Amino acid sequence: MTTHEQFADELPLYAMGSLTAAERAALDSHLEQCASCRQEVERLHGDLALVALSSVGPSPPQRARQRLLKAIAREPRAAAVIVRRRGWMLVPIFAFVVLATFTTLLWHENRRQREQIAALNLQLAQQRALLKQAQDVLAVLTAPDAQHVTLVATQSKPQPGGKTIYLPRRGGLLFMASNLAPLPPRKTYQLWLLPARGGAPLPAGIFRPDPRGTATVIMPPLATGVEAANFAVTVEPEGGSSSPTMPIVLVGAGQ
Amino acid sequence: MSTAEPEAITTDAALMAGVHSGDQHSMAQLYDRHSSAVYGVALRVLGDSGTAEEVLQDVFMQLWRNPQVFDASRGSLGAWLAVIARNRAIDVLRKRPPESDLAAVAISVNVDLPTALDQNRAIEKIRGALRDMPAAQRSALEMAFFEGLTHTEIADRTGEPLGTVKTRIRTGLLALRKVFCT
Repeated sequence: MTTHEQFADELPLYAMGSLTAAERAALDSHLEQCASCRQEVERLHGDLALVALSSVGPSPPQRARQRLLKAIAREPRAAAVIVRRRGWMLVPIFAFVVLATFTTLLWHENRRQREQIAALNLQLAQQRALLKQAQDVLAVLTAPDAQHVTLVATQSKPQPGGKTIYLPRRGGLLFMASNLAPLPPRKTYQLWLLPARGGAPLPAGIFRPDPRGTATVIMPPLATGVEAANFAVTVEPEGGSSSPTMPIVLVGAGQ
Repeated sequence: MSTAEPEAITTDAALMAGVHSGDQHSMAQLYDRHSSAVYGVALRVLGDSGTAEEVLQDVFMQLWRNPQVFDASRGSLGAWLAVIARNRAIDVLRKRPPESDLAAVAISVNVDLPTALDQNRAIEKIRGALRDMPAAQRSALEMAFFEGLTHTEIADRTGEPLGTVKTRIRTGLLALRKVFCT
């Protein structure tokens, strides 16, 4: 944790929903302004999920599954228009025709709206994902404690080079490379994080350069909190490897 | 490269896309994958299989009715369901009206839970970490999480200062987090 040690012991209680209304409100107003405490609440929810999962064991009875499936079948998404048929033969024919037409119109309208809602939901999810990615990128780019590492070629031929910007506490990494040699078919470049505490290099993204030899890796999936001693790039079979294949093409030139 | 792991991740996302468009089969598959986690935590909180079944039904019906409450860009579905199930179960235990704001539970987990769950290794690791904790720390954490006790109630029960209780809960959670940080 960085700046808000005074809230550190409160945040787990907040995440579990066990604060009083007044304590919760006080923390809410801090969280509105503090991204790092908000992020800690997210992580704590993740930790709480682990506690929850410690109780996995008994399977629910089969009848619970049947019950759920029946319930969702009874509740198709967006309630359909239900027309009671009982007694329809007693109404004049024309009334039935009007009703049927009206129902069809409603059904079409309903379906159109359902499709619209589904499309909007999808759009919203995509926008959220984009926004989250943009926030992550900005946070890493602007963080004063991000590690900036310049990588150069081990054998300086046409001066390929790369730069990583890495923020261990968020597991955030940006990598930009230039003047890379074209790859043979079915090969890829792969970036590696060499952990400061030692141990095997961690895969940090695969990439292929464009015709100008430039490439980027943005926010590959990395665990948070892994300090890096250095970064390196190797050429690997298509799809990447779990451990680097020699030789190293690019390596960090000191930090 | 097609190992089983990335496939498991996309399948969860693909099933959620199916649920978004009202596909009942996708919902059934999500249920098969995650129901034992939801039921397990509800049963642990409530200690009664009938009420746990009600929570199980409720959680999956919420997901069916409002799939958009789960924001896939912010975490794993399995982890989210487990936390939601716990919160629902605590609401039932304390006879509170259910919290309406399901979407507020954003998750950030460093482990791919669905895949790890398949292998059962993650659960063993979690249980191991809980076993390795000092007894007072584990019990404070479990009282808060599974019994829904506030820190004041825990302090009253154990006779310990409030500050100690809070610190124990936090330290316990951080110890669990470490298990999955390589």
